[in-house]
Amino acid sequence: MNNLAIFPIIFPLFAGTILAFTHSKVNISRQLAKLFASINLFIAIYLVYYVSQKGTIVLETGDWVAPYGIVIVMDMLSVALILTTNIIVIATVFYAPHSLNIKQEKHYFYAFFFFLISGVSGAFLTGDLFNLFVFFEVLLIASYALIVLGGDKVQLRESLKYVLINVFSSILFVTAVAFLYGVVGTVNMAQIAERVQEVDQQGILTTIGILLFFVFATKAALFPLYYWLPKSYIVPNPVVSAIFAALLTKVGIYSIIRVFSLIFVHQLDLTHDMFIWIAGLSMIFGVIGALSTNNIKLIIAYNIIPAIGFIMMGIGFYNQSGMSGSIYYLIHDMIIKSALFLLVGIIAYVAGTSDLRKMKGLINTYPLLGWLLFIGAFILAGIPPFSGFIAKLQLLKGAFENGEIVIALIALGTSLLILYSVMKIFIRGFWGKQPSEQNIEKKPISGMVAPVIFLLSFSVILGIGAEIFVPTIDSIAEYLLDPQIYIDSVLKE
Amino acid sequence: MEIIISILAGIIFAVAVYNLLQKQMVRIIIGTVLISHAAHLFILTMGKLKRGQPPILTEGITSYTDPLPQALILTSIVISFGLTSLMLVLAYRTAKENNTDNMEQLRGKPNE
Repeated sequence: MNNLAIFPIIFPLFAGTILAFTHSKVNISRQLAKLFASINLFIAIYLVYYVSQKGTIVLETGDWVAPYGIVIVMDMLSVALILTTNIIVIATVFYAPHSLNIKQEKHYFYAFFFFLISGVSGAFLTGDLFNLFVFFEVLLIASYALIVLGGDKVQLRESLKYVLINVFSSILFVTAVAFLYGVVGTVNMAQIAERVQEVDQQGILTTIGILLFFVFATKAALFPLYYWLPKSYIVPNPVVSAIFAALLTKVGIYSIIRVFSLIFVHQLDLTHDMFIWIAGLSMIFGVIGALSTNNIKLIIAYNIIPAIGFIMMGIGFYNQSGMSGSIYYLIHDMIIKSALFLLVGIIAYVAGTSDLRKMKGLINTYPLLGWLLFIGAFILAGIPPFSGFIAKLQLLKGAFENGEIVIALIALGTSLLILYSVMKIFIRGFWGKQPSEQNIEKKPISGMVAPVIFLLSFSVILGIGAEIFVPTIDSIAEYLLDPQIYIDSVLKE
Repeated sequence: MEIIISILAGIIFAVAVYNLLQKQMVRIIIGTVLISHAAHLFILTMGKLKRGQPPILTEGITSYTDPLPQALILTSIVISFGLTSLMLVLAYRTAKENNTDNMEQLRGKPNE
């Protein structure tokens, strides 16, 4: 039954290939995409059940024994992230036909969409550092196609920047893998982790670790390397922005979690202390960006950066509460960011603009939309009883356990400012009277609102039902803090 | 031998970064091509350079070439080849839409 582990990679690849053939028949493509997304979700649910019952699945591709061949490792962390991914996929697939125009759908949107999912699942599953690079490329190449879909002037400009920054960091990734191969003589993550402890000169390993961190931080948009993100995430269609925000930066942060809990844990006072500072600066600068703009899409895009900071903070603490807070926040943020991007897409559609200064009194015509944004802002900021609260509680607990008071205060202050930045959309866009010259003709949005409600309800469940999820996530954190379990399950010693 | 190739890779890295920082699109793309070459050379060096040995390990053979870096390079070359062609098309479209291939002139509101 080990072959199960490859399903989340193979199936979207298969779906994307089929959808590439039916690209000109939009109706068939839409229905097929919905069908494939649903099947993928069921596979993910089954895999969560299977892994939670039977433990980690290790697939040695082509029957090449662990350190020599490529391994696919499906543990609780990756399977939880795959389930979250598929929840987002199903919402975006149902949202897409209402948001994209026919031309965009005909130009292989669904095919690239599923290729992207294939790459994301692969990055979550692989147990081989070079293979991680390959899956990064799979998802990035699909994302290059998606970001430029439509071909507006601004899209072309931003995608050129996006492609360049990613090509550069990918090359650095390859270089870092080469360095690591030169030192430890393997690219299998479990074996690297094993050999890292035996290397005499730990200094060189720390250097390689920082180089890898630089690569992942570029993809995850951490403090000094986030400049490319906000502008390039607002130019494509809201559907594309939503999957980018939910998945691409999170793949980067997942890689940091994996690599810096498994491999580079030999000099915590240097690497992980640096993470805490970078986390704090990401929060401050990200939220300043969110406050500085009147473009509603840009507000949400800037809010990605403090979220990454929150996750990074927990990794920096490297203790039980911090790690489990990070993982909880990661799952919470994937869902809420995609929901907010989709929501802002609807608001920009009904208002006809994404400039906050030009919209007013939307709540008179679209009350539901207003309340959804209100709840979304609460979830994002971490107001109890929603999911953000549980995650932040865990993170703050981790901070106080390590005596990191400054970062805890920064985190709390940032949370308030995040709430303000999103509430600004609510106050300026939804309150007040609608100007009379604006035609108050109601646009049909029920097809777009349903996926958002679906995602937000997951966030609410994740908060209210914390008792069900917290033990699982705690056990994942425990598992991450003990690299030996991972090494043993892959190398079978 | 390894040292010479490492220095060569370093020089190519430097040239590539210089090209990446230029304003003309084609130069930037040449920069990405060069930087990928440098990285590939570097991987090859990391697997130790030996001449005239096959990548086969059986009993009795003590000298062999490490096949893994070659496999990694092959994968990486294919990816960077695809990316280069994508970037050329992207740069061509951008230049055609905006009537300029200078990144500096793409700044600001009029190009949105």
